[in-house]
Amino acid sequence: MTASDITGPVKSNGLASRLVALMGARFWWMMLGYVSFVGLWQASVMWLPIEAFQRLPHPLEVIVEWFNPDPDYGISIFTEDYYTHIFYSTYRALTSFFLACLLGIPLGIVMGWKVPVREYASTIIGILRPIPPLAWVPLAILVFPGVEPSVIFVTFLVAFFATTINSLLGVRAIHEDYFRAAECLGASQIDTLRDVIIPGAMPSIFTGLQIAMGAAWFSLVAGEMIAAQFGLGFLIWEAYNLIQYPTIIIGMATLGMVGYASSALIRVVGNRLMRWRLESIGVMK
Amino acid sequence: MTAKRASKRPTPDAIPETHSGAFSIRDVGKVYDPLGASVVALQDCSLEIAANEFVAVVGPSGCGKSTLMNILAGFDAPTSGAIDLDGVPLATPDKPAKPGPDRVVVFQHGALFPWMTVLDNVTYGLTRQGRMGKKEAAEYAHDFLQRAGGLARVAEQFPGQISSGMQRRVEFVRALINDPKILLLDEPFRAMDTVTQARMHRYLLEMNELFPKTTMFVTHNLEEAILLSDTVVVMTTRPGRIKLKVNVDLPRPRTPAMMNTPQFLALKKQMLSAVHEEAQKAFERGEREMA
Repeated sequence: MTASDITGPVKSNGLASRLVALMGARFWWMMLGYVSFVGLWQASVMWLPIEAFQRLPHPLEVIVEWFNPDPDYGISIFTEDYYTHIFYSTYRALTSFFLACLLGIPLGIVMGWKVPVREYASTIIGILRPIPPLAWVPLAILVFPGVEPSVIFVTFLVAFFATTINSLLGVRAIHEDYFRAAECLGASQIDTLRDVIIPGAMPSIFTGLQIAMGAAWFSLVAGEMIAAQFGLGFLIWEAYNLIQYPTIIIGMATLGMVGYASSALIRVVGNRLMRWRLESIGVMK
Repeated sequence: MTAKRASKRPTPDAIPETHSGAFSIRDVGKVYDPLGASVVALQDCSLEIAANEFVAVVGPSGCGKSTLMNILAGFDAPTSGAIDLDGVPLATPDKPAKPGPDRVVVFQHGALFPWMTVLDNVTYGLTRQGRMGKKEAAEYAHDFLQRAGGLARVAEQFPGQISSGMQRRVEFVRALINDPKILLLDEPFRAMDTVTQARMHRYLLEMNELFPKTTMFVTHNLEEAILLSDTVVVMTTRPGRIKLKVNVDLPRPRTPAMMNTPQFLALKKQMLSAVHEEAQKAFERGEREMA
C-alpha cells in the first residue's frame, strides 16, 4: 500500500477525476452517452438481422486498425499518409475560413452600418447565397486553374456567406441608443466603428465564425470527394471505392475531432475578446 | 506617492464651466410623413428655458415629448420653427442640429457601453473630443466619480456587474463630465422599481446642487416632475402642443419629503386634471404608443 492509497482521492488523479470534479454528475451522463453509442453500433453490426448493417465495420475493428502500427488498409495514426490527409484538409479549411473572415466580416459590418451598401450588396448576396455549394463545383473547376483553388473556392463561399450575414445581423442588432450616445459624446465615424459597432457586433460575428467553420468543413469534404488528390474527404471516398471500410470510419471520426477542435478554438478566442460578457454574467471575476 | 499624484491631478475646473445653456424654442413643429399619411407629432411648441433651469415635460404616450427631445439632441429635424441656444441658432428645418457634447442625453433604457469598463465609459467623451489625454481623463474621471456619490470604487467594473441604479448614476456622470450646456433626460427612471426611483430622485437632486445644469427631463410621472423641476410643462396628446406651463416655487434644496407638503399637493392637483384630460383623450383614440 502506498501513501496515496491511504490518503484516498488525490488531487492530480488524471483527466477523468478532474472532469468529474469539474462537471459532477454530468460527467457520468456524458460517459453513458459515449458507451451506449458504441454499444448500439456494435449491436447493430452483430445482431441486427438486416444485411446492410452487417457490412459496417465493428467498433473494435476500427479502433484496432486506427492504432495499428502496420494497418491492413494503409491508414492509421502510425502512417505518414494519415497526417498528409489531415494536413491537406486543415490547410484548405483554414485558408477558406480566413479568406472568408477577411472579406466577410468587413463586408457584413459595412452592410449593417451603411444603408446604401446594404441595399446594393444584398441583391447580389440574396441571389448567390441560396445556391448550394456543391452546385458551384463544375463552374469552379472550369474557372480556376487546377483542383486546389476550386476546392478552396467552394469551401470559401459557404464560410463567406455565414460570416457576412452574421456580421451584418450583429451590427443591426446594436440598439440605436448606443450610436446616439456615442454621437452625443463627440465620437467620430471611425470612433463609432471602433468603439460601438465592432464590439457591439462581436458576439454575433463569433457566432458567424462558428457556423462558418462548420460549414467550411462540410463543403470542403464534399468538394474533396469530387475533386482532390488528398484530404479526409478524398480518403473517405477512396476507402469506399477500395472496399476499405474501417478506413471510412477512421476518416469520419478524424473529421469530427478536427472540426470540433477548430470550433473550440474559435470559442476560446471569442471568450478572450469578449471578457465583458463573461464578467457581466459572473463567469469570470 | 499619494501627494505626488494629487499634485498632478487636474483640478475640477480643468474644464471651463460654461454655466450658460439658455434655450429658446419657437413655434417648433414636426410632421412625420410616411407614405403621404402625415402625422403631426408636434405643433407650435414655444418654450423659453433659462440657463440652469430644470424643466420637466409631462404628457401621455405619443404626445411628442420624446420628439421634442430628439430635435434638441439632434437625432431628428423639426419641420417648422427654430431653436436657439445661447442666442445662436441651433436647429431649423433647413439646418437641423447635429448631436454633440453640448447636449448630452441620458437614455430611457440606459446606454452605457457594456463592453467598456465604467471608467472607459466615463472618460469616453473627454478623450474622443480630444479634450484630455487618456491618463489625464482617467484621473479626472476618478475624481468626478468619487464626488458624484463615491462611485470610484466601481471604476474598473463592467456595467453588467453593477446594479441598475448604479449604472444609471454612472450614466449621469458620463454625461455631466462633459459639462454639457443642457442635459437631456429621456425618462431615465421609467424601468425602475419605486424604491430605486426614489433613491434616484434624491441622487439627481444632489447632482443638480453639485453640478447645476440646464436640464430637460421627459417623464410620465407627474410627482417626480414636480419634485425635481423649476418648471413643469404639460403637453397635449397628438398633435403635441404645450397645454400648461407651471412654475414650481418649492424651495431648494429639495427632498423627497416635500412630496407631502400642502404646497406640493396643490401643484399636483393643479396639473393632474390637465394630465388626466390628455391621457383620457389619448386612451379613447386608442392610438399606438410612440414613446
